[in-house]
Amino acid sequence: MAKFEYAPAPESRAIVSLRESYGLFIDGEFGPGVDGRAFKTISPATEEVLAEVTEAGPADVDRAVTAARKAYQHTWSQLPGRERAKYLFRIARIVQERARELAVLESLDNGKPIRESRDVDIPLVAAHFFYHAGWADKLEYAGYGPAPRPLGVAGQVIPWNFPLLMLAWKIAPALACGNTVVLKPAETTPLTALTFAEICQQADLPPGVVNIVTGAGETGRALVEHPGLDKVAFTGSTEVGREIARACASTRKKVTLELGGKAANIVFEDAPVDQAVEGIVNGIFFNQGHVCCAGSRLLVQESVYPEVIASLRRRLATLRLGDPLDKNTDVGAINSAAQLARIRELSEVGEAEGAERWSPPCELPVKGFWFPPTVFTGVSQAHRIAREEIFGPVLSVLTFRTPAEALEKANNTPYGLSAGVWTEKGSLILWMASRLRAGVVWANTFNKFDPASPFGGYKESGYGREGGRHGLEAYLDV
Amino acid sequence: MSAPADTQSTAGTEASLRGFLHGLPGVDQVGAEARAAMLASRSIKTTAKQWALDTAISMIDLTTLEGQDTPGKVRALCAKAKRPDPADPTAPMVAAVCVYPDLAHVAAAEVKGTGVHVASVATAFPSGRTSLEVKLADVKFAVSAGADEVDMVIDRGAFLAGRYLEVFDEIVAVKDACGDAHLKVILETGELVTLDHVRRASWLAMLAGADFIKTSTGKIIPAATLPVTLVMLEAVRDFRETHRRQVGVKPAGGIRTAKDALRYLVLVNETAGEDWLDPRWFRLGASSLLNDLLMQRTKMATGRYSGPDYFTLD
Repeated sequence: MAKFEYAPAPESRAIVSLRESYGLFIDGEFGPGVDGRAFKTISPATEEVLAEVTEAGPADVDRAVTAARKAYQHTWSQLPGRERAKYLFRIARIVQERARELAVLESLDNGKPIRESRDVDIPLVAAHFFYHAGWADKLEYAGYGPAPRPLGVAGQVIPWNFPLLMLAWKIAPALACGNTVVLKPAETTPLTALTFAEICQQADLPPGVVNIVTGAGETGRALVEHPGLDKVAFTGSTEVGREIARACASTRKKVTLELGGKAANIVFEDAPVDQAVEGIVNGIFFNQGHVCCAGSRLLVQESVYPEVIASLRRRLATLRLGDPLDKNTDVGAINSAAQLARIRELSEVGEAEGAERWSPPCELPVKGFWFPPTVFTGVSQAHRIAREEIFGPVLSVLTFRTPAEALEKANNTPYGLSAGVWTEKGSLILWMASRLRAGVVWANTFNKFDPASPFGGYKESGYGREGGRHGLEAYLDV
Repeated sequence: MSAPADTQSTAGTEASLRGFLHGLPGVDQVGAEARAAMLASRSIKTTAKQWALDTAISMIDLTTLEGQDTPGKVRALCAKAKRPDPADPTAPMVAAVCVYPDLAHVAAAEVKGTGVHVASVATAFPSGRTSLEVKLADVKFAVSAGADEVDMVIDRGAFLAGRYLEVFDEIVAVKDACGDAHLKVILETGELVTLDHVRRASWLAMLAGADFIKTSTGKIIPAATLPVTLVMLEAVRDFRETHRRQVGVKPAGGIRTAKDALRYLVLVNETAGEDWLDPRWFRLGASSLLNDLLMQRTKMATGRYSGPDYFTLD
């Protein structure tokens, strides 16, 4: 028994008032779906049913797009930027006021630790709305001409890993630029998006500017294939991204895709070792590794390999896995049974291909979906666990001898979303950063996000940027 | 007078010592601060809090280091050290009292046989700006007066000028003068400023034979901080791995609330590990902290906060 055993410190659920069932948010009102179908959303940590959610069919999607079109033509595109800004500022402030409620709800529905939803997700959501509120009346200075026009109606499909944050990344720039939106949250994590719909009502946002349709893949397909859209924005898997790109080809729809990744986190021999180990942990175990830009491939210079691995193992032994609502939890639940099955499958492949698997001693809860933090050493570029996105708390460790070899291995992937470089040598950081084919390169840090910093991929990680001045381009007719 | 046998090759010459210290991995300040801030967000409740409050009390070096100190003041401090909460005998004793050398004999007489240690600052505390002879005489005086722990200051000027061997030799000499007394080496991290300096100074002190490394004199702002203590805890952890000797850590100065103290314990627990969660290996240099710990302790027991007048001034 440990000397200093942290007693449970659960965040109270009382702040969240869940409804038994949720309708679709269309034209400023919650209402039932046309064909009355519904599905349940559960807490992945306990498999408890949280609420019933309406499944939107094609007719519902059509109503939502029509409402968005009407709002675009008659209200939102007619408002001057400074008026749109007021609504965005108002939304940002309400998000801050309801931050604790949103954080608890996010952790309940997604399974992520409350520490992360409280300290990362929700503050960043507010920051994205504040940031884009600032742009709304300054678009003429964004470098896209004297009076850049919005695109029109945007259909947006977001994933389950950062439910509300991905919503913010999509909705804030779209609204700031004068577009209206129909957004579909992931089927396993619809609750914060539906609460966001309430926030839109609270902020007196004109009806139809934001519409939320819930459902699974079929609903998403109905949305992105709807002829009434001017823009499709998607964050999710590369496989689905390809389908969307095909569906939108030869239509007028502009498309941005933010897809998978297999980021290299590169540790050089002169790296600040303790902070690099923190960065490795944060890179792959943050949000249970459900991060498209996760540092899932660790490249360590051979001369420091033993000490880095020893430090990493010691550090992993202190990770606290368990109840997502406990304020001391570091690693929460896997979001769904399907995702857990995929993580298990790829981990077994890793073992079968000859990599050495290691996890710290760690008790997994009986109910719910759980996977221990896992490290594979002895991985080679040819192994599937070095090439395919696992999207879970699984790290593949490779080694290199020279900067050129590190670069070659890091770029040797179909993806190109992010990378990390750890060294005390500034010139090496610049040399690597200018040659890594990745949308984001972090130096001596990892998984840091800011609304002012554009985010997006190279190669099969997608196209288009979100955030910053670059991100505005995705929602302007330029 | 000689360096510990296991460090002679590292510290044999100015060049080898410099090479070793400059070869230590760097500390990324942003990352270290982020890690300390994350650990500060741990939530310590109920049974964990009870244990941590008592442990923190038992780790305190109850300190008075003022020009106006008198034997009467030191006796009062010792009474408080032995029985921190007159209303509650279950409150643990503190680890030590910490005084100037000329009052060490008063403290020694007061705490004799209780298990409370007598720590004395020495080596021309707090600036350390005098000759080695005077510093050594200061140490010997403190030890002969009954101090079983000596808190020395390093020569920050020599350290910042890169004269590492000079600092090293001085620590070795002081350690020698201490005899059986435990040596705590004060780095005065507020004057070293960077975390790279803190890591190098920590290793320098440990190589020279320090039993403890201590952040600050309390006379310089900033005194102890979480990031500085984090780096020092990493240093003692790594030093034990390579040199098979455990060295203690003592943050001192600016730790005033129970909440602060609990954050330090979390930092110890998740950095150096639970082997250091013991007054033999971790101390908190403080004075007003004790009353806040006692107040929180009483609150845990009774469910109510009592006013400051229910806790004694020391």
